[in-house]
Amino acid sequence: MIRLTFFLFLIGLLAAPNAKAAGSSYPLKDAEVDLGDEASLFRGAQTFMQSCSTCHSAKMMRFGRIGEDLGLTDEQLAMLMPSETSKPGDTIQTRMPEDYANKTFGIVPPDLTLVARVRGGDWLYTYLTTFYEDPDALWGVNNAVFPGVGMPHVMAAQQGLLQPVYETRGEGEDARQVLVDLESPERPGTMSEEEFEQEMRDLTAFMVYMAEPAALLRAHYGPYVLAFLFLFTLIMYLLKKEYWRDIKH
Amino acid sequence: MIKSLGKWVDDRLPVSHFWNAHLAKYYVPHNFNFWYYFGSLLLVVFVLQIVTGIWLTMSYKPSAENAFASVEYIMRDVEWGWLLRYLHSTGASFFFIAVYLHIFRGMMYGSYKKPRELIWIFGVLILLVLMAEAFMGYLLPWGQMSYWGAQVIISLFTSIPVIGPDLAQWIRGDFVVSDATLNRFFALHVIALPLVLLFLIGGHIMALHEVGSNNPDGVDIKEKKDEHGKPVDGIPFHPYYTVKDLFGLGVFMFIFAVVLFYWPDGGGLFLEHPNFTPADPLKTPEHIAPVWYFAPHYAILRAVPDKFLGVVAMTVAILILFVLPWLDRNRTRSIRYRSTAFKVNLFAFAAAFIGLGYLGTQPPTPLGTLSAQLLSAVYFGFFIALFFISRRERTKPVPERLQ
Repeated sequence: MIRLTFFLFLIGLLAAPNAKAAGSSYPLKDAEVDLGDEASLFRGAQTFMQSCSTCHSAKMMRFGRIGEDLGLTDEQLAMLMPSETSKPGDTIQTRMPEDYANKTFGIVPPDLTLVARVRGGDWLYTYLTTFYEDPDALWGVNNAVFPGVGMPHVMAAQQGLLQPVYETRGEGEDARQVLVDLESPERPGTMSEEEFEQEMRDLTAFMVYMAEPAALLRAHYGPYVLAFLFLFTLIMYLLKKEYWRDIKH
Repeated sequence: MIKSLGKWVDDRLPVSHFWNAHLAKYYVPHNFNFWYYFGSLLLVVFVLQIVTGIWLTMSYKPSAENAFASVEYIMRDVEWGWLLRYLHSTGASFFFIAVYLHIFRGMMYGSYKKPRELIWIFGVLILLVLMAEAFMGYLLPWGQMSYWGAQVIISLFTSIPVIGPDLAQWIRGDFVVSDATLNRFFALHVIALPLVLLFLIGGHIMALHEVGSNNPDGVDIKEKKDEHGKPVDGIPFHPYYTVKDLFGLGVFMFIFAVVLFYWPDGGGLFLEHPNFTPADPLKTPEHIAPVWYFAPHYAILRAVPDKFLGVVAMTVAILILFVLPWLDRNRTRSIRYRSTAFKVNLFAFAAAFIGLGYLGTQPPTPLGTLSAQLLSAVYFGFFIALFFISRRERTKPVPERLQ
């Protein structure tokens, strides 16, 4: 009875699902992030610098840290940095001036350093791959997990424009169009579907890394700490047993 | 040489007296089970929070402008800063896990009953101060949840008649949660409340060592003593329980390390996802949820339709613990010898607490609110039922010695 309550307590703690901003019911795709794949992270970093940093900053991420963590050569690191005068201690700044951003988008595009910790890798991957054509939307595109998105489809040339499939839900006055699926673009982009998905996976993996570079350190030290604590606990158990031999129950 | 130095000190400071009184000749029942690990574990977690807190303070900037960035600076640029921060944040959650289990232990084995009422009262005071400590600490990262959580909780004070609005403003030091609030919460979090906690924990342990520990049988071991005046069912705390507690500590640290290294945000419960967005006073998050350890109380608050009465209910839910020693009128301590009615009542209370904890993290729905009202009734019903159950309870005979 007592044990049961205790386990119920623990299950209660674990089962409480995390409260993430919902917004949409479109199912999330699995980003299959592998932080151990340095090549994938490096490709993602390149995509980030070429495409995202045009408008977005990542003000808490230093180039030097990326180089150290991904084991980059000086040449590879130079490929990531915006100019020849950039230093490894610099952080990722956007190339877009603020007043230009305000004039064009109405807001300054958000800093992306921590976005993966707010949204999660799967959400980010789904977001990046589900822009679709919507003539009513601001930039002619909408997004399956971010309805009314304020960002244009930056990768439209590569992916092409996905076509939405709507279904009518509800009846009478409650009837509304719900996005249920996305179909291949009418005019294919410069990348195949597989190529594009791989590029977005790499980008997602990089952004997950960028949101918490310490994740690599956690993975590195974790096994040693656990091995030590296991040994420590084992020795303490034996010690306790030895001392308690003379206690009669 | 060392012996004479020891004597020199001992003549001037009661070191060996202290050692004997609290460890080597402090007699403890020999039948402590799993539930008795949490007291010493809590002491370790308290020290952990103090030590990691000191190092975090060295790099943290308590200002609205720099706080968020300084936490990320600790996570990225400070050597081992990520470890210190995760030790502190995971430590906060484990503090409450251990505290809730420790309290439940006390309720199961009647550790609040005569002559341990003061230990219990110190304990409830520790819970109260710990909650304030955690609440203020949670504002410091200055993320969206930090900010809006504090905004919501402090605004509860405005519902108090007459003095409410002024009181809330006095707490914040501003009309909204702002730089001034952050600064004073920092001062309270790192100096004032830890000091208070230290004194309360001192009182808790001193009161405990005066009357001695209860045990799963609820038998008073001081009743039966041998010719030397030692309790026959007692064993010295040191070395027996020091080694046993070290083993418990090993298990606890192992679980702690698994969370810290592989699951530091606890699935959004230990570190909430929206809190990685800097505080924005102009943008209210769509769902404001307290950290998991406040969720049961938050659910009680939301279950009451009237805001002020909700605040009253939430406050009473904690304060009612103070009078538990007098609500329970039965002298039998341990659940092992108490009636089925008592057992059902206690486990219904535990289940309600967990259920409320779940509901408190969820956005409000009509069904959720109804469930929370039901579970709140069970929560408060426990204390009322206990008062009546314990009056003429049919208990099993308590053995004279430990089983």
